[in-house]
Amino acid sequence: MTTALLERPTTPAEAPLPAPEPEAKVATKQFVIINWSGDLDKVWPVLILSSTAAASGLAVKVFITYWGLLPFVKEDRWIVGRNWMQKMLAFMQRPGISHVKLTKMNFFGMGPWMMGKLAKQNNVASPRELLEAALALGVEFVPCQMTMDMFGLTRDDMIEGLGEPAGAATAIEMMTNAESSLFI
Amino acid sequence: MTVLLAADELVDARGLSCPMPIVKTATAMRALASGKVVEVLATDPGSVKDFNAWARSTGNELIESTQEGSVYRFLIRKV
Repeated sequence: MTTALLERPTTPAEAPLPAPEPEAKVATKQFVIINWSGDLDKVWPVLILSSTAAASGLAVKVFITYWGLLPFVKEDRWIVGRNWMQKMLAFMQRPGISHVKLTKMNFFGMGPWMMGKLAKQNNVASPRELLEAALALGVEFVPCQMTMDMFGLTRDDMIEGLGEPAGAATAIEMMTNAESSLFI
Repeated sequence: MTVLLAADELVDARGLSCPMPIVKTATAMRALASGKVVEVLATDPGSVKDFNAWARSTGNELIESTQEGSVYRFLIRKV
């Protein structure tokens, strides 16, 4: 993408604004997704909806928790965690956006591989591309501190550009303030 | 097809699937001042309904929505 710097234009508009109200009203709308599942067929819609919502002018927050944390781990990490159980979990479910599995028809990676192939044939953006677009459009991903601790994940294990880790009270506040919220 | 209005920027989203035509357009529009016009080319048939919906949610004006062969063309003025 050529327009990587996404600063809002600071220069005054050349033409007088016909109706500034709708934009102002739209900007305050909040859309929240609780990204609980780390599965490919669930992370994909989370990223499609969050990037589209941000593109539509909504303030978008995605609370990433439980299995949903794993796609947001840096791709060069595999055996994360401090103790053997955390390491074992990471071994069984390799973290990172490119290693997500399907809820059904996984078949030891055959399913996701075929989904990736089909997506490519149909020019569907990959989860990784969508994640980059979502971050560039200002989607705020808030990792769950408690599940990060449980999986033994540090801030350094997580990709760049995420928000400050927080807890359930933050998630509740996000949802109650939002126009619409989803648990995926 | 006659181009009646010159666009300030072109977003070529041909070959891209949902939601990338919208995402690319929104990204390109962030750098533009209000009143500027963007021309979008897309081949995703769903984009016709999508650009109408997106214009309604953002307040941007969909000036024109046309089709030539398999290519959809949208002219959008930034609010």
